[in-house]
Amino acid sequence: MSTLKGRRITLHDMTLRDGMHPKRHLMTLAQMKSIAQGLDAAGMPLIEVTHGDGLGGASVNYGFPAHSDEEYLSTVIPLMKTSKVSALLLPGIGTVDHLRMAHGLGVHTIRVATHCTEADVAEQHITLARKLEMDTVGFLMMAHMNSPAGLVKQALLMEGYGANCIYVTDSAGHMLPDDVQARIAAVRAALKPQTELGFHGHHNLAMGVANSIAAIEAGANRIDAAAAGLGAGAGNTPMEVLVAVCDRMGIATGVDVWKIQDVAEDLVVPIMDFPIRVDRDALTLGYAGVYGSFLLFAKRAEKKYGIPARDLLVELGRRGMVGGQEDMIEDTALTMARARGLTPARAA
Amino acid sequence: MHKVKCALIGPGNIGTDLLAKLQRSPVLEPVWMVGIDPNSDGLKKAREMGLETSADGVDGLVPHIKADGVQIVFDATSAYVHAENSRKVNAEGAMMIDLTPAAIGPYCVPPVNLRELVGLPSPGRSQDGRAPSGGGAARSAKPGGVLRAMNVNMVTCGGQATIPMVYAVSRVQPVRYAEIVATVASKSAGPGTRKNIDEFTRTTAGAVAQVGGARQGKAIIVINPAEPPLIMRDTVHCLVDGAAKAAEIEASVHAMLAEVQTYVPGYRLVNGPVIDGDRVSIYLEVEGLGDYLPRYAGNLDIMTAAAARTAELFAEEILAGRLELEPVAAEATA
Repeated sequence: MSTLKGRRITLHDMTLRDGMHPKRHLMTLAQMKSIAQGLDAAGMPLIEVTHGDGLGGASVNYGFPAHSDEEYLSTVIPLMKTSKVSALLLPGIGTVDHLRMAHGLGVHTIRVATHCTEADVAEQHITLARKLEMDTVGFLMMAHMNSPAGLVKQALLMEGYGANCIYVTDSAGHMLPDDVQARIAAVRAALKPQTELGFHGHHNLAMGVANSIAAIEAGANRIDAAAAGLGAGAGNTPMEVLVAVCDRMGIATGVDVWKIQDVAEDLVVPIMDFPIRVDRDALTLGYAGVYGSFLLFAKRAEKKYGIPARDLLVELGRRGMVGGQEDMIEDTALTMARARGLTPARAA
Repeated sequence: MHKVKCALIGPGNIGTDLLAKLQRSPVLEPVWMVGIDPNSDGLKKAREMGLETSADGVDGLVPHIKADGVQIVFDATSAYVHAENSRKVNAEGAMMIDLTPAAIGPYCVPPVNLRELVGLPSPGRSQDGRAPSGGGAARSAKPGGVLRAMNVNMVTCGGQATIPMVYAVSRVQPVRYAEIVATVASKSAGPGTRKNIDEFTRTTAGAVAQVGGARQGKAIIVINPAEPPLIMRDTVHCLVDGAAKAAEIEASVHAMLAEVQTYVPGYRLVNGPVIDGDRVSIYLEVEGLGDYLPRYAGNLDIMTAAAARTAELFAEEILAGRLELEPVAAEATA
């Protein structure tokens, strides 16, 4: 571990994007402003701002946000003194039109996200982002569902389209440090030396910080985390903890240990609708390898149809559901309720 | 019996599946298939079935359209090359059925607006008087005043699977917003679909609104790599004005289900309609016939079955002498 002393990494804050999931995408502009300014003052280099499911995520399927992506981005970006702002884009949900809009509003980094085996749907978006000279990231979600060698192939596709940074994304919070190390090391060895490599962790097995450190050891230099862990499932890697751990290990982040604690404690914890913790259902996400943002949908389906969220999540995992298939939660709950002889409660 | 001769451009998943369906048609006879790779599996299959083939793309077909009496051409290539293909085919006097999401012609979703596009009375649509939707189409203007499209667009697989259901709701009560989520097996999404993913979402959303009858449309596509591959799933969410009329919507949805099943037998209602205040959610799956790709690839079948049905209705008009296709001058198209 001492080998990490003096390493420099770029932290990327998720509070205002992944954190939209536990807020049901209803964060107010005032909340966004105060948290973004706190992060900026703490020295956070990069802050992601969009609907939890990325640009264009506003929908029945994922939830309608309190404000449009345009409103959130155009509120936050002008306030930033040193932080840059990023936006997430999932091809199939958002399009290059959203990408152009984000670029026009001053978004610095675009992260084009696909399932870890489907990188080729990102070609249009990565190509355009590069043409616009944006910091262009390929974001391979649910990375536990592909082998290290398989991820290498997908990473090379994204690099080939023009991505200057590739992410291994543990959307389900399922990976253990060895899984992270194997994937990051394999991808690092295959990418061009100048291509950056990132890791995005979730805390469903309480491995967010350990996995992030494993990723740094294996060659990642961009790490995602969220203040107070505000994110899908049991949350993202808690940023303030990661910053403190990096500080102790001599890894340079440029983020102030005390100021980021204050953002988490004073600005983020008070806006939580419920405690972000490893509860039974979030733990099930991590254990069974299920997409993190299914959590609240499963809890709602439990209330409506009487199928325990845990059973639903396990069934969704068994069926191989991937990110974006939130529609299958109510569908699966109805099918399971019928099979169990429960009459689904019918709202008027 | 006399049949209308057809050609296919694009021997990929969709083109090859469509070929199998055309072979069974009582009124269509596929005679040509063209592609750009002489070793493609689709061209090989076409040769085995006795079709003429060329690996010179649309230009390999054009000289034979008039000579071989081809009247209907299907384009199963990509949105990027469709406009050029269509211009060349229309100039030879053949009509184009577009299976790419290019959508330069009017959208066609058979149970909703096919009869209207063919120029036949359409009981389902006549009340609202809405014109067939779509962009600046090349049309054959008959002196009698009937406008028939020389290019019709089949929207997308997700559109074919969901728009009938959006319409099934909107014919009961106004739909202010309709959203569809189409999930296809990774193995059934070919390179064209992947490169055209934005065209898919845009075209589907446009047709959800225009043909489905929603004031606003949104489309989401998800590609799932699970093994064994999952059967195509489609979810329709409608937000209606006022409280949803549960009984009427339920009846309308089941009637539409039966209508789509006449040409796609594996079209099934898995759950719903779920009525939750002003939200109506319909959970569908589409199992294919397994003509080219295995049965999970219902996305291919619903697209190709809709295209074949569309061609058949045009062909019946041609065979009855009620429709005469004429060459479209190049300058008449965009």
